[in-house]
Amino acid sequence: MSHAVQDAPVRTSPRGSLSRRGLPRWAPAGFAAAAIVLGVGTGLAAGLHSRVQWGLISALLFVVISYVVTSAVENRRQARDRLATSAVWVCFLLAVVPLLSLIWTTVSRGAKVVDGYFLTHSMAGVVGFEPGGGVYHALLGTLEQVGLATAIAAPIGLLTAVYLVEYGRGALARAVTFFVDVMTGIPSIVAGLFILSIMLIAGIGPSGLMGALALTILMVPVVVRSTEEMLKLVPNELREAALALGVPKWRVILKVVLPTAIGGITTGVMLAIARVAGETAPILLLVFGSQMINANPFDGPQSSLPFYIWDQYKVGSDASYDRAWGAALVLIAFVMILNLVARGIARWKAPKTSR
Amino acid sequence: MAKRIDVSGLSAYYGSHKAIDDISMTVEPRSVTAFIGPSGCGKSTFLRTLNRMHEVTPGGRVEGKVMLDDENLYGSGVDPVAVRRTVGMVFQRPNPFPTMSIFDNVAAGLRLNGSYKKNELTAVVERSLRGANLWDEVKDRLNKPGSGLSGGQQQRLCIARAIAVEPDVLLMDEPCSALDPISTLAIEDLISELKERFTIVIVTHNMQQAARVSDRTAFFNLAAVGQPGKLVEIDETDRIFSNPSVQATEDYISGRFG
Repeated sequence: MSHAVQDAPVRTSPRGSLSRRGLPRWAPAGFAAAAIVLGVGTGLAAGLHSRVQWGLISALLFVVISYVVTSAVENRRQARDRLATSAVWVCFLLAVVPLLSLIWTTVSRGAKVVDGYFLTHSMAGVVGFEPGGGVYHALLGTLEQVGLATAIAAPIGLLTAVYLVEYGRGALARAVTFFVDVMTGIPSIVAGLFILSIMLIAGIGPSGLMGALALTILMVPVVVRSTEEMLKLVPNELREAALALGVPKWRVILKVVLPTAIGGITTGVMLAIARVAGETAPILLLVFGSQMINANPFDGPQSSLPFYIWDQYKVGSDASYDRAWGAALVLIAFVMILNLVARGIARWKAPKTSR
Repeated sequence: MAKRIDVSGLSAYYGSHKAIDDISMTVEPRSVTAFIGPSGCGKSTFLRTLNRMHEVTPGGRVEGKVMLDDENLYGSGVDPVAVRRTVGMVFQRPNPFPTMSIFDNVAAGLRLNGSYKKNELTAVVERSLRGANLWDEVKDRLNKPGSGLSGGQQQRLCIARAIAVEPDVLLMDEPCSALDPISTLAIEDLISELKERFTIVIVTHNMQQAARVSDRTAFFNLAAVGQPGKLVEIDETDRIFSNPSVQATEDYISGRFG
């Protein structure tokens, strides 16, 4: 650290000891352009086929060029700053490019089949390898199963978190925290097998509810964890202020603590929903899958979007591949709409600070 | 309305640590009593025992008696929630409820207790805000969030919130330590007005403030760090600041230690 400070004013310009030689503001863009040109050139020259390799070479060159040029023109402290900034940018792109690529692929391959007919018809009477049919039964199944799971898991998770933060002391609270942590790591197939064993013992057939129960097991720890963190963020001063007004503790929690944290809690629940909406394994085991519309989640097999995607992919014809991509697009849109709604609620309910 | 507080043999603990030891004193109704003393001497802890807020802290427990007129706050069967409705509190840092508007903040005590008539609420809010000298500044924006006010206004909002439930006693834990001199002056003027109606106890680190606002002053001290705090003396404010009966008080007030 210390030598970086000491060697800063090595090249003093005539303008004064406080100003220094600097790169223009467009320098990072220039580095990036140079790195891409060099990366593509290297890729072509070396005969590398994969564009991913070209990109990675460019990214590496970008970081190196930034550091070398800055340390030559400016100084080492600036160069290190530039190194960190470049690394952050590269990491950002590495994270975003696959995401965008995934969304692009899904949209471009799925959009052509998603229309009003696709969304309102089931696969009943449609031969798997022929075009036609739709995703309605699967969408309905996903909505019902995820809805049921949320209706069960959100209250349990919320109340558990309230217990842990507001009341929990000693061994019981520690045990609950420990088991919630363990539950976070349960693979979905294990949750599915657990419910399946109960079904076999009790002699219950597959239904949407059974799938929802397995999803509940997966949702509860996520809801507990996120709600707990949000409740811990509520300043203790607010609890004390309400208590000092002579408000009973349960009303303090209901009227002051939960409203203050509601934005974060909603986001946590939505993340949990997004996590379970894409689960295939428990649905396969417990809801069994169906080509027909079954609006009753308490009786008989249903379908769901992830199951539908898997089922259509299995058929292996062009028409079924298209339907699988269409269903994937519907699933992504479903999760995205949920997230937007959650953000809307969070913004609407969040503590307001504007004057 | 305003009630006398009679404390006898009161000790408070955090777990096994004794924070204050064997305090006895009387707080007169319709007057301002100031608590002064070095940090960590248990002034705030003692204040919090007066409305049973001390036990909200994990491990907090109290021995001794606090008589509010003729009722022991620590008697068996006493509901701490009812105690806190009678003995209100204002905290060091302004803490309006961030999800509520100015109006809702003041109405919070009544609403959350469920003991109000709808048509009375508006009148109570206006009376409380006028009582806290805040009405003229906020009457046009009662529906705006309380956290949008300045620090001094927020603290007066908290005072309005505390007096809206019509307590008998108002406890103030360093209410001006986060405020600038002008806001402090506003709060001090307010305290002088409020003492016509309430029994007021105020903890302060500012000795000029104690001298300005209080009728009686109590000096707390502790023998050493980690030792429990004790009440050194309580007397008329004039006497404490001119001719205290204990040498330690004079040393503290004249700035020779602490």
